[in-house]
Amino acid sequence: MTIASSSPPSRLPLGDATGAGTDRRTARRAAAREERGDGRLAAVFIAPALLGFVVFLLWPTLRGVYLSFTRFNLLTPAEWVGLDNYVRMVHDPIFWDSMGVTVEYVLVNIGVQTVSALAIAVLLQRLTQSAVLRGIVLTPYLMSNVVAGIVWLWILDTQLGIGNEILAGLGLDRIPFLADETWAVPTIALINVWRHVGYTALLLFAGLMAIPNDMYEAAKVDGASEWRMFRRITMPLLRPVLAVVLIMTVIGSFQVFDTVAVTTAGGPANATNVLQFYIYGAAFGRFQFGYASAMSVALLVVLSAITVLQYRLTRAGQSDLG
Amino acid sequence: MAAVADTTTVRRVRRRITPGRAVAWAVMAAIVLITMLPFYWILRTALSSNDALAAHPGDLLPVGTTTGGFERALGLQSAEEAIAQGGSGGGLRFWRYLVNSVVVSTLITVCQIFFSAMAAYAFARLRWRGREAVFGLFLAGLMVPAIFTLLPNFVLVKQLGLVDNLLGVALPTMFMTPFAVFFLRQFFMNVPREVEEAALLDGAGKVRIFFRLMLPMASTPLLTLGLLTYITAWNDYFWPLMVSYSDSSRVLTVALAIFRAQTPQTGYDWSGLMAATLIAALPMLVLFGCFARRIVGSISFTGIK
Repeated sequence: MTIASSSPPSRLPLGDATGAGTDRRTARRAAAREERGDGRLAAVFIAPALLGFVVFLLWPTLRGVYLSFTRFNLLTPAEWVGLDNYVRMVHDPIFWDSMGVTVEYVLVNIGVQTVSALAIAVLLQRLTQSAVLRGIVLTPYLMSNVVAGIVWLWILDTQLGIGNEILAGLGLDRIPFLADETWAVPTIALINVWRHVGYTALLLFAGLMAIPNDMYEAAKVDGASEWRMFRRITMPLLRPVLAVVLIMTVIGSFQVFDTVAVTTAGGPANATNVLQFYIYGAAFGRFQFGYASAMSVALLVVLSAITVLQYRLTRAGQSDLG
Repeated sequence: MAAVADTTTVRRVRRRITPGRAVAWAVMAAIVLITMLPFYWILRTALSSNDALAAHPGDLLPVGTTTGGFERALGLQSAEEAIAQGGSGGGLRFWRYLVNSVVVSTLITVCQIFFSAMAAYAFARLRWRGREAVFGLFLAGLMVPAIFTLLPNFVLVKQLGLVDNLLGVALPTMFMTPFAVFFLRQFFMNVPREVEEAALLDGAGKVRIFFRLMLPMASTPLLTLGLLTYITAWNDYFWPLMVSYSDSSRVLTVALAIFRAQTPQTGYDWSGLMAATLIAALPMLVLFGCFARRIVGSISFTGIK
């Protein structure tokens, strides 16, 4: 972040002789105020955010865990059933199936997105510093997943989509990208890469900007190739940034829902029934809020495990939380 | 782009075109093409008629040019006319959803940024008992995936009687997100102490310092965060899908998904669907166009760990 350099001129407490006494008194009063702390003022400043935090984040989190131990259909009060939902989940083949579909989606999405974002970020760093290109790359991020899903649904339409027209023009077979069990998940994963890769690339780019240019200059003098510089300078120095961006994108990726909802709605034959879509169906299709909550808790556990694991693997200790 | 000029040394070395650079530029061109082509395709399809689209799927220019798609999206066609042109006659009116989206996104952005800034200031610049503990709690909140709280929040909003109400759509993120508080706290922490001390000596109170000094100083991060928050709120689908049932609280993303689901017997109304898509996407493109210069350089990496 660049800080706007509009700081007012700093007034020294030791001004001219006449004003020095009052200034010092004011300073003492200010110091006394400091010592008492700003408890009452802080309470006022923190109140709205804290209210929102407790009511819409803390309480729902606890309630979500509680609901996972109940049978609840919204109409009658929740009824405690202990571990029933979890037992049912472990024996539910569709749950495991959708977990598998989700993992496949995450692997394709994160694999392609990370490599592409890294390539784009490095091109923006080493090839051109054009801000216009950075703006262009970010454009798909301004679309909703719903828009991205619908546009690509049209482009990839088997009969009329321009994507398949191009395939046909090249003399290849048309591919029913979103209607075929094999193609559907990778296709949705790539649609979401299209939407998110620019944002991820800019996060990595910000990390690359922290690498001093002299290092590349020096390596160039030594006759290093771009590829060698990438391996010996860029990758090692970018690793901590890459690790954090990876955690963020993996966690986001596991929560895929919108794109599936508007393109395939879980089909064909549950091939794209990602976990979040199955949870939504359980809650709002069959009113099994307890079971849906239990599956949400399972997802929460998986994501927490991934975060802890990632953190362990990359604990380089350069956290700036102080 | 002052922000970029600061961080990069401008070199005036004449670069020779090497094969490697030529390949790199070709890759860059391909990236730009894949990025931008779908936007052109939305426009081209929205301006075409469904009959012509079916006859000439591969034409690069609009075919059977008409504004019928937009008329259907905005609910300006009679049902008979819409069906005759390959629409569903479902009667969705995107003006209404556009207004709803603007209301919800504006409400969320203005309130969330303001309240988060207040909290961030209290965490960064005020001294009070329990500050670290409360901030730790907020940080823990970063760990909860947004999607986990949606079901319980739906139950809560239903109990509050705010389902199918614009306020209900805005509520969960209206007061804060842990990220916003964290992001702004980082900024306020970096403001030199002398600035605040000078103002205190001038007899300004902390409230005045916050409004007259801190907020103006934080204009760039506030703008960046505001834009990101607005885009996120505008593009949200899962939460509004849960809490809105009728036109009175339906936002663009939900309406688009319904439009896509209302498939006529004859096949998709691609022209109308793309017109609706354009209506949903254009405001963000315009907004970004206005502020891009200021924020592209400042989307920076804030290490969340």
